[in-house]
Amino acid sequence: MKALSKILTILVYIFLFAPIVILLIFSFNASKSLSVFSEPSFYWYKELFRDRHTLEALGNTLLLATVATAISTVMGTAAAWGIHRLRCRWYKTAIQTVTDIPMTNPDIITGISLMLMFVFVGQLFGARDSLNFWTMLIAHVTFCLPYVILQVLPKLKQMDRSLPEAAMDLGCTPLRAFLKVELPEMLPGVVTGAIMAFTLSLDDFVISYFTSGTGFETLPIRIYSMTKKTVTPKMYALATIIFFVTLGLLLISNFIQNMDERRQNRENDSAM
Amino acid sequence: MNGKKKSNPGCKTALAPYSLWAILFVLVPMLFIAYYAFTDNNFDFTTDNITRFFTSVSNVRGDDGSVKEVHTYLLILLRSLKLSVISTIVCLLIGYPLAYRIAHAEKKRQKTMMTLIMIPMWMNFLIRTYAWMTILQDTGVLNNLIGKIGLPPIHIIGTESAVIIGMVYDYLPYMVMPIYSIMTKLDNNLVEAAKDLGCGNLAVLRRVIFPLSLPGVLSGITMVLIPSVSTFYISQKLGNGKFFLIGDAIEGQYVANNLHFAAAMAFILMVILLVFMGFAKYATGRYVYGGDAA
Repeated sequence: MKALSKILTILVYIFLFAPIVILLIFSFNASKSLSVFSEPSFYWYKELFRDRHTLEALGNTLLLATVATAISTVMGTAAAWGIHRLRCRWYKTAIQTVTDIPMTNPDIITGISLMLMFVFVGQLFGARDSLNFWTMLIAHVTFCLPYVILQVLPKLKQMDRSLPEAAMDLGCTPLRAFLKVELPEMLPGVVTGAIMAFTLSLDDFVISYFTSGTGFETLPIRIYSMTKKTVTPKMYALATIIFFVTLGLLLISNFIQNMDERRQNRENDSAM
Repeated sequence: MNGKKKSNPGCKTALAPYSLWAILFVLVPMLFIAYYAFTDNNFDFTTDNITRFFTSVSNVRGDDGSVKEVHTYLLILLRSLKLSVISTIVCLLIGYPLAYRIAHAEKKRQKTMMTLIMIPMWMNFLIRTYAWMTILQDTGVLNNLIGKIGLPPIHIIGTESAVIIGMVYDYLPYMVMPIYSIMTKLDNNLVEAAKDLGCGNLAVLRRVIFPLSLPGVLSGITMVLIPSVSTFYISQKLGNGKFFLIGDAIEGQYVANNLHFAAAMAFILMVILLVFMGFAKYATGRYVYGGDAA
């Protein structure tokens, strides 16, 4: 029984990693085949860096993700702080319900709903192509915001409520109390929230697909149009690079969370 | 101090941008779905888009060559529901034992095992799905391996099974995560107590662990079912375009610039999902968190 469950677990892990391993291997394949490995080479990586459209899409993706992350992190952090302090019950419930919507709605619904609004407003102003960088940015900020809020909010809940008050009693202005007491408490949540927003924005395809115009192409959209035709291992090389970049970012975020946990454990120990 | 009872004004100022954003870009767009669904190209009220979904028919050639008339979109909707329900069940059957096993491993192992579950999600889902396509192809890696063992090749690509494999692969982590997290919070004393009172291992699982882990199971089911019922890439790639799902239908109408009909389908999908979520919430409330369960 024990052995059987062990074998099954290993099989599930093989299932989870098979495509990724195959993809990594075939990105180093010298030939064009995606099923027969001939000999190792960096040919497709070189090809990738010669592909102007893909590089441009990469630049677009990074630009979009950076701006979307900046906006959603600032707005989301402020919102989390506000929600935490809010006494008005119905407002709190309402805002938390609305925050849940983009996370529970299927991406296709979020994408379609935003697209319809953008097209409608665009037509009102007589624009011919109403989808562009800005509509995508709005969409990305919209689906990143809930994740930032949900990362920051627990940090505020963990904080001792009387700390900022104590700081103010000791002569801090509210702003100074915020900067000196609350912000450091929130910071781990803010950083992990920002990293989450960044990776979500990098990775998003469905919502971007519906809210992007013809002029502005992100990497996932580029990948989508590449997979409509036959694919060369060039795309696998691209996937390998993205995979390791995302992996790196998430390891950093994990590391920050671990440090934060350890710090809290230490504080709890010394408080005892 | 009067600041204690009233919300301080600062918090409303901090919340204002987000509130405005949420209204403008979350709530209003949802209204636009309903608006487009119930209007025609001149924005006059109509229910045609909705009726078209339920009545539109087309001819399909069956495997035996006979031509049948079918309700096009109802068939697509039912197929989406069928494939996503099967995928969810498969995810549950794989994910539950897996989550159980991880939750009962050593603390250090647990973390690594969970990270390993999540790593595939960091690969773009288009590429993950495409990788499966190259694996499952008739001349793909899988058939290469099978051929080396000396077995006859199998044909998977372009079948419903391929679509299900893709869905299970893409969404399995969403099933494992909530179940695992609820199992680690489970009070071990209850398990010990049940054992002391004479429960066998299987009975402990059935009468203690499973009922207590139900909230995690339900949230896992929602997290798998919702993206798989609305997907539109997996079916195109792994189903070879033969198995249109509701997501494909919506995307197709968007590409064809039939925004009103696309909105109608999105609206219907949204209503179905709302009913389902309402039911899931009711079930959690009634059967999991007390209610009148004996």
